Amino acid sequence: MEEGMATDTLDRDEVVRLAARATGDEKHDASSYSTLDALLVLYGRVLSVDPTDPRWEGRDRFILSKGHGPAAYYAVLCHHGFFPESWLAGFMRQGGRLGGHPDRLLVPGVEASTGSLGHGLPLAGGVALGLRAKRSRSRVVVLTGDAELNEGSNWEAIMLAPHLGLGNLTLLVIDNGSSSMRLRPVERLLNAFGWDAETVDGRDHEALERSLSRRVDAPTATVALIGETES
Amino acid sequence: MRAQAAGTVCELFAEDPRVAVVLAEISVDRFAPAFRHDPSRAVNVGIMEQAMVGVAAGLAMEGFHPVVHTIAPFVAERALEQLKLDFGNQELGGLVIAVGGSYDYGTEGTTHHSPGDVQALLTIPGAEVLVPGAAGEVDQLIRATYHDGRLSYLRTQVEGNRRTRHVELGRLSVERRGSGPTVLAVGPMLDRTLEAVEGSDATVLYVTTVSPFDAEGLLAAMTGDEVVVVEPMFEGTLAALVTGALTGRTAGVRSIGVPRRVIREYGTAAELDAAVGLDTAAIRARLFGE
Repeated sequence: MEEGMATDTLDRDEVVRLAARATGDEKHDASSYSTLDALLVLYGRVLSVDPTDPRWEGRDRFILSKGHGPAAYYAVLCHHGFFPESWLAGFMRQGGRLGGHPDRLLVPGVEASTGSLGHGLPLAGGVALGLRAKRSRSRVVVLTGDAELNEGSNWEAIMLAPHLGLGNLTLLVIDNGSSSMRLRPVERLLNAFGWDAETVDGRDHEALERSLSRRVDAPTATVALIGETES
Repeated sequence: MRAQAAGTVCELFAEDPRVAVVLAEISVDRFAPAFRHDPSRAVNVGIMEQAMVGVAAGLAMEGFHPVVHTIAPFVAERALEQLKLDFGNQELGGLVIAVGGSYDYGTEGTTHHSPGDVQALLTIPGAEVLVPGAAGEVDQLIRATYHDGRLSYLRTQVEGNRRTRHVELGRLSVERRGSGPTVLAVGPMLDRTLEAVEGSDATVLYVTTVSPFDAEGLLAAMTGDEVVVVEPMFEGTLAALVTGALTGRTAGVRSIGVPRRVIREYGTAAELDAAVGLDTAAIRARLFGE
């Protein structure tokens, strides 16, 4: 356990360094990246992926629905070897492959192109259906922000997933209180629609791992509460 | 055409385990054979068209050939961004079968009209836009496109032509050879266009694939110095494609289609055709100024 946590800290420091390399803003620290800890836990402890074969059929799927502020996402993918560190210097620059919103046709390991809010969850529903139809044991995790849940298309998918019994679908809500209308507790809203939802401290790696590793018959949701951040 | 579309899709569904069907309550009964055959890849999502398209794109990400289907405005306009981003920008293939083109649901009022659907779909680079004119052509075009890795929008209408043609994806055909103006009849407009040009020297070309537009075919077959499009959607929908095709040729381009106004009168499709100037007599008058 202690060894794991030490590795975690090293990974976290390294990913923060890589994210800063992308943004060119050395003043950023870990708290600037709302998705950082959840992504570290997903790629370090939860998802089954293979950077040497990003389209491996047996992989778990991850969709970053909240496509903006992707520096931490790119940093985690880079840290796991999906693409070389040299790509980070081209972040949001002409000639680079790492845009302000990720493009699945340009970046190995990126499952879906996102940017316009409210698209990832319906897509993930289709991925979950497809995996089930193929009798695959893989799962799909989709990350949204709390403000992103304002988009009505999410609620279509939130209604639909329990109806279809998509136990291989996990919604990860990064809740930094950025929604202008009060959605908290998001967990209660999701449970009312038939999800198996719970709230955890979004900086607590053990809690994130435990919550994100759950598999039940219903779709699961993890609401990761964090303080207000820049992205 | 709707019955044919469902029949063809159900046949393909049974033959090809990669075909998936995603519906939003509309026509669920017509696709019953697919739901019976394999409910793991046939799903009715309820009345949610954005999710219908998003879920279908997710299935395409997993290697399926999804088919979605509903009334034209609810998929082409309400879910246009899902078609653009989830399919178009991600370069995923899927087949959209829309019913009720322009004003088939004319008795229901303007909310169910979709004269702008084809123009909306033409804003998505790489999308195939198909306007068959008879049930047999629906079958041919579905089979030609459902697994080709592109987004395909197939628009069906109640009022079609009496006879099915052999149609090829991306190709127009010559229906009548003359030496006068070239008339492009789109899908269900063919019969009445042929009737309207009787006694004239017009050339009539038949278009069922709007995009990719057969520019070569138009240049090779056109006669006269005027191209007139007769189209069952907003007037001018094909105009940019036609002018784009006319490289090295000088010709006037005119459009006869659904006028760009809110059609507030109620009626059957045939009644509304007469009301907006798309029955045979009106087409003849607009073609020849009679």
